[in-house]
Amino acid sequence: MRKGYFGDFGGQFIPELLMPPLIELEEAMETILPSEAFQTRFAAMLKENVGRPSAITYCPNLSKDLGLDLWLKREDLNHSGAHKINNTLGQGLLAKMMGKKVLLAETGAGMHGVATTVAAAMLDMKAVIYMGATDVIRQAPNVNRMRLMGAEIIAVESGTKTLKDAINEALRRWLADQETTHYCFGTAAGPHPFPTLVREFQQIISKEAREQFMARNQGKLPDVVVACVGGGSNAIGMFHNFVPDESVKLVGVEAAGTGEPGCYSSAPIDHGTEGVLHGMKTKLLQTPEGQIEPSHSVAPGLDYPGVGPEHAYLDAIGRADYTTINDAQAINAFKVLSRREGIIPALESSHAVAYAIENKDKLQGKSVLVCLSGRGDKDLGILDEIM
Amino acid sequence: MNAMQRKIEEARGKGKVGLIPFLPAGFPDRERFWKELEELDAAGASVIEIGMPFSDPVADGPVVEKASLRCLADGVNLAWILTELRKRKGQFNAALLLMGYLNPVYQYGLDRFAEDCEAAGVSGLIIADMPHEESRFVRDAVEPHGIALVPLIGLNTSKERMKLYADGAQGFCYFVSVLGTTGQRDALSARIKEKLAEAREVFDIPIALGFGIKHPDQLTQFDGLLDAAVFGSALISHIESGRSSDSFMEPWK
Repeated sequence: MRKGYFGDFGGQFIPELLMPPLIELEEAMETILPSEAFQTRFAAMLKENVGRPSAITYCPNLSKDLGLDLWLKREDLNHSGAHKINNTLGQGLLAKMMGKKVLLAETGAGMHGVATTVAAAMLDMKAVIYMGATDVIRQAPNVNRMRLMGAEIIAVESGTKTLKDAINEALRRWLADQETTHYCFGTAAGPHPFPTLVREFQQIISKEAREQFMARNQGKLPDVVVACVGGGSNAIGMFHNFVPDESVKLVGVEAAGTGEPGCYSSAPIDHGTEGVLHGMKTKLLQTPEGQIEPSHSVAPGLDYPGVGPEHAYLDAIGRADYTTINDAQAINAFKVLSRREGIIPALESSHAVAYAIENKDKLQGKSVLVCLSGRGDKDLGILDEIM
Repeated sequence: MNAMQRKIEEARGKGKVGLIPFLPAGFPDRERFWKELEELDAAGASVIEIGMPFSDPVADGPVVEKASLRCLADGVNLAWILTELRKRKGQFNAALLLMGYLNPVYQYGLDRFAEDCEAAGVSGLIIADMPHEESRFVRDAVEPHGIALVPLIGLNTSKERMKLYADGAQGFCYFVSVLGTTGQRDALSARIKEKLAEAREVFDIPIALGFGIKHPDQLTQFDGLLDAAVFGSALISHIESGRSSDSFMEPWK
């Protein structure tokens, strides 16, 4: 495979002025990342600060209701409430060891922004967070958390005022401040080396989950592994160590939006076409003329018109199946998991839980391991509006 | 020799800096755009840079982004740009350059794009989100049609990377004066001189300075180090305030 590519997908489609910091980052990945100094400190941070390993939880009530064995990988139990912290502590430590002073990030749901702010505070760095103006309003609790921990938050008013526009603005800021600043990209997307770097930090999800599941199931593997896909970082982390296990069906769940014909979705693998955006060749929601379409999901963290290139590749080679869940189905799963198991999932993760609920007939008797990528406290405001 | 290089060298032959004005296609509206181009041409532009609007222009600052999004909302697309240019082929004294982002060109189809550009009299192309590493397939498609892929370099481009871009480069080299997006700046970095001198050693085609340029006085400090100047945001703001392209070009004549 070409360097920085997953099959035909990936690459480095960015202005030349961003090549020097990307090359610098790639060199740091090759030298600092494998060093004992990095690995020792990172392992300690994951244990002491994040609370890893995160549990896997069997769901007895829902399993009975659905006629399958439902297991959850509990990334919602991580410090700061989602899988995002695995990546931001990794990138933050790497940036610190590269001599950078500022962590720059974009955020949709705010979870990546919170996680970046936590990493910056822990590592005595400054956090600068770009967030679409629409998301600033719909994810207010996370905005308050970031402010409390010292982040500078910039509400992006351009374009659709959501994640894609926050990424555009953060890339512009990085262009200007590249000497002092590391762009702590939030998902396994963007120009090389970000998709590989983020996967490296997130693959701990499947490393742990695989061992934990086998330990609890007499050495057996799960039948199906499910994760929601926006940019795709929790999903690539959840899939990675199961990819060689051919008996394990991998399912990525994209957001169908309201699900009505012609509505905006956030499902570029299911509804998109091949194109180039944010430094990568991947599947995109776009017009036939190559203009990027607005996306929509009730879950802000999935609201992105592109997807990480490795997912586009896993789809192309048929190793993972990608399907969609709409807003109403996700909200139903949000309520069902809360009531039946006492776990309030993030609206993003609710899409993955909804897959098990909506497909229960096909999944009878099977073991289904779902990545619960984050917790849903942040979404209570959205639910208040809808219900 | 590519038409862009020839035009810039013609200006240099008269002791002038080559002038490269930039306007997004369809700005300020689809009809007036062509009148603005005629004025820029008559006012002595060496190369006219025409923006191909894109929904997510990460290398552009707020002025160019806003203008481009307005053009998109007006229904500007590549087919319109190339069809209208084809109707006017041969009417411009200046060489024509298209600037944009890869995705619209990719969706249009590279081979079809190269053929239609040639038919429309376009002699240059800038793709803002395409570094050397990803450029080969575009270069291979457009060069047989007489279209030069213009290299963009900047303050943080090492001499080694400049050499990658210089190998076989045609037209001119676009030197970006700031670490940042397009837009007017009051002061230019002191490091530009040193890096321009480095670029001079590496490129055997003309060098144009762009990003942040609004007035010819800014350029006197670079005498001998550059051959042309690119200006976009300042020109757009000038037109938006109700003034003409011709009056913008006046101090540059």
